Amino acid sequence: MSERKITLEVLRYRPEIESEPVFQSYRVPCQEEWVVLDALNYIKDNLDRTLSYRWSCHMAVCGSCSVVINDNPMLSCKAFLRDLPDHIRVEPLHNFPIERDLMVELDDFMAKLKSVKPYLIPKQPVAEEDGTYRQSSMQLKKYKPFAMCINCMACYAVCPQYGLNEGFVGPAAMALAHRYNTDSRDQGRRAREDVVASNDGIWECTFVGACSDVCPKNVDPAAAIQQTKIASTVDYFTDLLMPGKKANR
Amino acid sequence: MARSNKPIVWSLFAAGGTVTAFIVPVLIFVLGLAVPFGLLSPDDLSYAKVYGVIAHPLGRLIMFGLIMLSLWHAAHRSRTTVHDLGIRNDHVTAIICYCVAGLGMVLAGVSMFLL
Amino acid sequence: MTHQPYVRPMPASWWMRQGRYMRYMIREVTCLFIGLHAFVLLIGTYRLSQGREAFEAFLTALWSPAGQLMSTAILVMAVIHSVTWFNLTPKAMPVWIGDKQVPDWVIVAAHYGGWAVVSIVVLILAGRLS
Repeated sequence: MSERKITLEVLRYRPEIESEPVFQSYRVPCQEEWVVLDALNYIKDNLDRTLSYRWSCHMAVCGSCSVVINDNPMLSCKAFLRDLPDHIRVEPLHNFPIERDLMVELDDFMAKLKSVKPYLIPKQPVAEEDGTYRQSSMQLKKYKPFAMCINCMACYAVCPQYGLNEGFVGPAAMALAHRYNTDSRDQGRRAREDVVASNDGIWECTFVGACSDVCPKNVDPAAAIQQTKIASTVDYFTDLLMPGKKANR
Repeated sequence: MARSNKPIVWSLFAAGGTVTAFIVPVLIFVLGLAVPFGLLSPDDLSYAKVYGVIAHPLGRLIMFGLIMLSLWHAAHRSRTTVHDLGIRNDHVTAIICYCVAGLGMVLAGVSMFLL
Repeated sequence: MTHQPYVRPMPASWWMRQGRYMRYMIREVTCLFIGLHAFVLLIGTYRLSQGREAFEAFLTALWSPAGQLMSTAILVMAVIHSVTWFNLTPKAMPVWIGDKQVPDWVIVAAHYGGWAVVSIVVLILAGRLS
């Protein structure tokens, strides 16, 4: 396997040492089949043990390792060096406070996921005696793409509305809400609308579409949000014009 | 967090966006460029002919509808764009944008009446 | 360990920093030209209501070099609006027939087809109505 010398410019931030983040360069001898995560691991093992970053599965299913590589948020375990130039700039995800080096604070994101009630809300409480749900493959197809989110937060890093307004519920959380709203087993759309249909929910979105561009799992949060806008608008006018008929689904 | 009232302006924005997407290119071409470029003669847009089409009740309705939806589409999108460009006082921006659209709508109504 | 998270400020020029944001901003400002077109129609309708001379003066101004420049700008921006709008429609309104989702390109093509039909009809009417 041939070797290639890559320069990785990594944004460092160690609050006990510096008051502001600063770039640090590393020369890394890379194997042909490596991804950026391999280069980061090489740095940590051989060049600089103080470098901090998140990773886990190394196969694009856990969502832990997302960083910004040459201005594009992506999973570092999926960013193949063969597709990148010799000079690679690695930064932590934009729009999040930097905890340390390439690690960002996740609290806001976690809170937003919770806020959309990401669980089945049936019309009536169900018990074990009622048996299992039945769902056709067609009903599954309707929401499956939106269920593929691995919570990598790349969409938030690239969304300008989240950058402008940190109260914005955001693409992943609303794709998740849409996943439940379109699940045939769920009747919780109204229960979620306080958050989803609020000014900081779908209505802050201006369909930039960058979120869907960068999603490593093709969840298409932009589509989820636009579809929710239409459903929400129909709900709104139904309530306005036919107040007696509060439709539940 | 409470449910927003944005659906009102958003549905006007969406309707306006759809209608204008289909009709504005050909309309501005016919009205503003076809004659100077020699593809239509000035007679094709003569006062008598245009009046005959627009002053008709259906013509007035359609023209009013087109102006109204275009204005509301532009108003809502301008509002969000101003916010994108860094002017954070969305409340004031919204009032200005929708008032301009509202004023335009009133003027359009008056014109339809005067025809 | 010091806990002092660092917040990077978002520059006002964020939209100039990447192609995708620039294209978004261009799409958004098409609305100003749609609004301008609405005012052109508004003024034209008003002048139409004021009689032949007023309307013909309006057309003369519209067909002047400055007017042509404005109309060209409106045309270009209106086309960008149409193209971006139609391309995004399948995302907002997915269509299912039976248990298959209609492919995006079909929905987009149908819109372009409708656009062509509307345009041709208006062109024919403009040339032939008298």
